[in-house]
Amino acid sequence: MDMSVAFDVNTALANGALVTPAGPPPKISAQGVNVHYGEKHALKDVCVNIAPRAVTSFIGPSGCGKSTFLRCINRMNDTVATCRVTGSILIDGEDIYDPAIDPVELRSRVGMVFQKPNPFPKSIYENVAYGPRIHALAANKGELDAIVERSLRKASLWEEVKDRLNESGTGLSGGQQQRLCIARTIAIDPEIILMDEPCSALDPIATARIEMLIEELRQAYTIVIVTHSMQQAARVSQRTAFFHLGTLVEEGETQAIFTRPSDQRTQDYITGRIG
Amino acid sequence: MNNHIVKSYDIEFSELDRMTAEMGGHAEKLLADAFAALESRDPRLAEATVAGDRIIDELEAQLQERAVYMIAKRQPMANDLRHIMTVLKIAGDLERAGDLAKNIAKRALAVSNESHPKTLMNGLRHMAELAQRQLKDILDAFSSRDDKKALAVWRGDAGLDALYNSVFRELLTYMMEDPRNIGLCTHLLFAAKNIERIGDHTTNIAENIHYLVTGEILADDRPKSDDTSTLMPKSRTGLNG
Repeated sequence: MDMSVAFDVNTALANGALVTPAGPPPKISAQGVNVHYGEKHALKDVCVNIAPRAVTSFIGPSGCGKSTFLRCINRMNDTVATCRVTGSILIDGEDIYDPAIDPVELRSRVGMVFQKPNPFPKSIYENVAYGPRIHALAANKGELDAIVERSLRKASLWEEVKDRLNESGTGLSGGQQQRLCIARTIAIDPEIILMDEPCSALDPIATARIEMLIEELRQAYTIVIVTHSMQQAARVSQRTAFFHLGTLVEEGETQAIFTRPSDQRTQDYITGRIG
Repeated sequence: MNNHIVKSYDIEFSELDRMTAEMGGHAEKLLADAFAALESRDPRLAEATVAGDRIIDELEAQLQERAVYMIAKRQPMANDLRHIMTVLKIAGDLERAGDLAKNIAKRALAVSNESHPKTLMNGLRHMAELAQRQLKDILDAFSSRDDKKALAVWRGDAGLDALYNSVFRELLTYMMEDPRNIGLCTHLLFAAKNIERIGDHTTNIAENIHYLVTGEILADDRPKSDDTSTLMPKSRTGLNG
């Protein structure tokens, strides 16, 4: 009897199952996630834990499944008719694919910023005020004003727009529009912010501003960013996950991934040997 | 090392390796010539050797310029990044090895008019031969990315340290025997120390090759066998008569 117990523990240890990483419990925990788009098996058995109040980068060639996985985290894939997600994704230990979960409520906890800035064709003020208003986060105009100002300040945009809050959000520069979208996301006080290539349409200065913002935001939020720039992943994230052909190949400390990755496929990708 | 999607990146890497090998070849030759000049008391060879160090310095400057530009241009990652960093550090060690060889050649010039007994050179010759072999082996290990070979060179430095210890004692004995030997023996002692230092640079290169190949920093402390820095002659009777 004792022998069999000892054997089980050893097997589990060998598989890494009993090795709990130091630090707080994961904010997001994915176990055996598979995604099909019709016949296409887009994501294969992804298991990963994502740390709270840290930035995790997803990297990998186009079509590797990184954006698909990102979209599983706030159930954006629900809107794709042919998409089927199996496995479990837990946020703070709660399965977000549980039928009792309201996707709209979920998305207020898990905000998203897209590749192309997509402000509403409304004023700067309305872009930020829209979310708090529909989620009834402000009791009166004064409170709403305060949320708008706080969100724009957090997004490092306030000083640039405070005198023209009634002008259209679409009249801002690309970088300002993206920061407006980030302000809009944080206005409803999410816990997690997903970013899908947030800087790919921006110039280097606007990119630097967003990266500085990401550094500040991670004090309060769990951030997951999909990026095609290795350098950006290395700069902004503490952990990096490499996806290839629908599988999660390797996940680890960003410094280790970019200086001595353990998987040959990761090395080949980040050094420009496979595309 | 190769197979980048962008072929010119591969070419830049092979160019870095070629320059490193060229520096290494010059350093080897400089050490051999410096010792030959010392042993045969050949001032012309000594002068040529002193002048020859400039080539290594120039190569190092060129290599550094290219490597820095590659970092700016390619923003290397993983083994590519380790490759560039390693080459930069190896070039630094080879440049220092060249300087030390040049210093031996300068000492060869200083003592070229002094006659010295052949036996006095035996220990030094062994040191020079071993240091050259270590240098050659480490350059081979670099070009073939041979971690095993690099570690063998790393461990082999203990032999050079042991030789240095015995040369140190031997020269000390000569100096104690006759103060007129002190001038010559001091130069030879410094020459021996320079060869021992070249060995240390060789082990640095070995550590860098290990990092390049494995991504791990060599954590073990190499057994240090040079104990001359704590050594004193046992008796002063030799000097006082």
